[in-house]
Amino acid sequence: MTFGGAMELDPLILSRIQFAFVVCFHAIFPVFTIGLASFIAALEALSLKTGNPLWQRLSKFWIQVFAVVFGMGVVSGIVMSFQFGTNWSNFAYATANFFGPILSYEVVTAFFLEAGFLGVLLFGRDKVPQGVHLFAAIMVAVGTFISAFWILSANSLLHTPDGITVENGLYYVDSWRDAIFNPSFKFRFLHMGIAAFLTAAFVVAGVSAWYLMNKREVEANKKALSMSLWMILLLAPTQVVVGDFHGVNTLKHQPMKVAAIEGHWETGTGIPLLLFAIPDKEAQENHFEIGIPKLGSLILTHDWEGEVKGLKEVAPEDQPPVIIVFWAFRVMVGLGTLMVLFGLAGLFLRRKQRYLECRPFLNGLRMMSFAPFIAVLAGWIVTEVGRAPWLIYEQMRHAEGLTPSLTGGMALFSLTGYIFVYAMIFSAGVFYLMSVLRGGLETANAEQIDSDVEKAQRPISAANANLDGGL
Amino acid sequence: MDQPFDLVIIWAGIIGFAVMMYVLMDGFDLGQGILYPFAPDDHSRDIMMNSVAPVWDGNETWLVLGGTGILAAFPLVYSVLLPALYIGVFLMLAGLIFRGVAFEFRFKANTTKYLWDWAFAGGSFVAAFAQGAVVGAYVQGFETNNLVYVGGPLDWLTPFTIMTGLGLVAGYALLGSTWLIMKTEGELQQWAYKITPILLIMVLVVFGVVSIYTPFVDQGVLNRWFNGVSIIWLLPVLALYCAFLIFRAVKKQQEGMPFVATMGLFLFTYLGLLASKWPYIVPPDYTLWDAASAYESQLFLLLGFLFVIPIVMAYIAWSYWIFRGKVKGGYH
Repeated sequence: MTFGGAMELDPLILSRIQFAFVVCFHAIFPVFTIGLASFIAALEALSLKTGNPLWQRLSKFWIQVFAVVFGMGVVSGIVMSFQFGTNWSNFAYATANFFGPILSYEVVTAFFLEAGFLGVLLFGRDKVPQGVHLFAAIMVAVGTFISAFWILSANSLLHTPDGITVENGLYYVDSWRDAIFNPSFKFRFLHMGIAAFLTAAFVVAGVSAWYLMNKREVEANKKALSMSLWMILLLAPTQVVVGDFHGVNTLKHQPMKVAAIEGHWETGTGIPLLLFAIPDKEAQENHFEIGIPKLGSLILTHDWEGEVKGLKEVAPEDQPPVIIVFWAFRVMVGLGTLMVLFGLAGLFLRRKQRYLECRPFLNGLRMMSFAPFIAVLAGWIVTEVGRAPWLIYEQMRHAEGLTPSLTGGMALFSLTGYIFVYAMIFSAGVFYLMSVLRGGLETANAEQIDSDVEKAQRPISAANANLDGGL
Repeated sequence: MDQPFDLVIIWAGIIGFAVMMYVLMDGFDLGQGILYPFAPDDHSRDIMMNSVAPVWDGNETWLVLGGTGILAAFPLVYSVLLPALYIGVFLMLAGLIFRGVAFEFRFKANTTKYLWDWAFAGGSFVAAFAQGAVVGAYVQGFETNNLVYVGGPLDWLTPFTIMTGLGLVAGYALLGSTWLIMKTEGELQQWAYKITPILLIMVLVVFGVVSIYTPFVDQGVLNRWFNGVSIIWLLPVLALYCAFLIFRAVKKQQEGMPFVATMGLFLFTYLGLLASKWPYIVPPDYTLWDAASAYESQLFLLLGFLFVIPIVMAYIAWSYWIFRGKVKGGYH
C-alpha cells in the first residue's frame, strides 16, 4: 500500500471507505434506538405504576419517533450482511467459522424481536392489556441489547482475538466462551451501552427543551426533560470512568492504538498529555505540540512515571493513520466533557426548577442533541482506524482480507451507488422525522381520522405525521 | 471432534428451505411492484400495496437469514458468489432498499406519491431481475482457482442470465397476480384473472428454454437427466401439471387454487434445478462438503436455529391468519 502520490482507483481504499460509510450510516440508528427502547419501557412502567396519563402521552410520542428510526435502521442494515462477502471475501472465508454463527445469531435475535414484540409495542396498545404492552416494551429493549451483544462481540474479536486457532489460513473456534467474551468485549459493550443511553438522553432532553421553549405540552415535557437530565448527570461521568478502563484495556492489547491516540512516538516514562498537535507520520513526529507534562502516563498507567510504548516500536507501515485517530479521539473526549458539564449544569439549575426557565441552557440542550451521534462516530473511528493496518489485530491485514477479484472500478461503482441510495433514504427519513417532531405530543396523541384497520401495519405507519405536508 | 451425524446434509436442508421460503414469499410481494405500472388505476395500486404491506418485511428477513446462514454453514458459497455477482448484488440491494422505503413512505406522501410508485415498481423489478440472473449464473457456474473467484465483474451477465432474470420477473409477477386473485375482489381481481395466463405463458417459455439449454452447457446435467435416476423426471412433469392447474383454475375463476398451483410450479422447478446440480453448490468445481464450515460451527448455530425457526414459522402463520381474507381499499 502506498501513501500519498498514487491516485489510481485502489479497491482496498475504496472498500474501506465504503465499509466505513455504510457502518457509520447504519450505526447512528441502532445507537439511538437501543437507548430509546429502554426510555420507552421506563415510560410504560411509570404509566402502569402511577396511572398518570402524562407518561402515556410521552410514550405514545416517543414510540412514533422510535418507529421511524428503527425502520431506517432495518433498511440500512440489510447491506451490512452482504458486504463481508462482496468486498472482503478472503476475510469472510477465513473467519466464517466464528463470524458466520455470531452474525447469524444477531439476525436470529433481531428476527425474534421483530417477530414477537415490536408489533405489539407499535400497534397493540388498545388490543392487549397494559401489562402485556409493558412486557413487549421491555422485550424490545432487551432485544436491542442482545443484538448489540452479538455485533460487539464480533467486532471485539477483531481487536482482541481469543479462543481461536488458525490452521492453513482458516480460523477454528477452540472455545466459544473465550471467543465471544474476548478480552476487550466487556469494556466495549459497557462503553457502547452507556453511549446508547446518553444518545437517547440527549435527544430526549434536546427535543423536550425545544418544546418547553415554545411552551408546548409543558407538564409532560418537563417530566421528560427532568428524567433525561438525571440520566445525563449519572451516565456522563460514568462514561468517563468506563472509557478510562477501556483505554487501559486497549493499552494492554493494542499499545499502538493508544500511542496513536496520544500522538506519542517514542517509548518513554512520564509522558505528557497532548492537548494539541499535528501528528506527521511521514516525519514520525508532531508539530505544534501543546501538552501537560506527565499526565499522559498518569491516565494510562495510573502512575506519574509509568512507561508507555511509542509508535516507533513498530515500522511506519504497521502504524495506524495517526492524525485521524489522534483528532477523532479529541473530538470524542471533548464532546464527552461537554456532556458532563451539561449534566452538572442541570443539577445546579435544578433548585426551584430554574432549568425550565433558563433559555440559554435549553437552547444549549437543543444543540447538544447532535453531540452524542458525533461522539459515537468519532469513537468508532478511533477504535477502527486505530486497529489499522490490521483487520484482525496482528493476524490479518486489511489487504489480506480483500476480495481478490475486486477492481477499483467495481468498488467505485458500488461506493457511489451506496452514497446515492443512502442519501435518498436518509433525506426522506430525516425529513419525515422532522415532521413527527414538529407534530409533537399533540399530533401523536390525536385521534386518528382514518381507520387503523385499513392502514398498512408498517413501523412508520405507527407515526401520525405526513411526509410532504399535504392532507 | 466426533461427528455422530452429517450436519452438512441438515444445513443443506435448512438453507435450501430458507431460499425456497424467500423465493415464494418475497416473490408475491415483489410481484406487486412488477405489476404496479400495469395496474388498472391508482386505487388498485393502494390495494395491491396494502395486500402485502403487513408481511413483506417478514418475507425479506428470510433473505438476511439465508445470507448469514450461508456464511455460517457454507462460507465458500458466500465468498465466491458474492464477489462474482458483485454488481448484481448491489443492484438487488439498492432495489430492495428503494421498494422498502416506498412501503414506508407512499402512504405518508400526497404530492410526491407518484415518485414512491416508481421507487416501488423500479426497485421490485431490479431486485427480481438480479435474483433471476443469480439463478442463471449458478447454472452457468463460476470461474474459480484455489477456492477464490477469478472471473471478471460482468461474467454473470450473459444472454442466458438476462433470460433467467426476465423469467424470474415474470415468475414473481405470476405469484403476484395469483396472490391478487386470492386476496382481492371486483375489478382488480378480474384484471388479475386476465393477466395470469399471459404471465404463465412467459414463464413457461423461459422454463422451456432453460430446460433445453442447461444440459448442453453442463455434461453432468446431461448425464444426470438422460443416464441417471429416472425418478427425477417426475419433477418437471409435476411442474407442468401445476401449470395446467393454473390455466384450469383461472378458467373456472377459482380463487385460492391459482396461487397454490403457482407455488407448486416454483417448488418443482426449484427441486428440478437442485436435482440437476446436486451435490455441487459452487458449480462446476465444489460440492456441499467442499463448501461447508467446521463441524463445531455448524453445530453451534444449529442449536439456535432449531429453537428459533419453529417460533418464526408459528409467528408467520399467525400474522397471515390475522390478515386473512380479502383486502379492502382505504383512503389515505
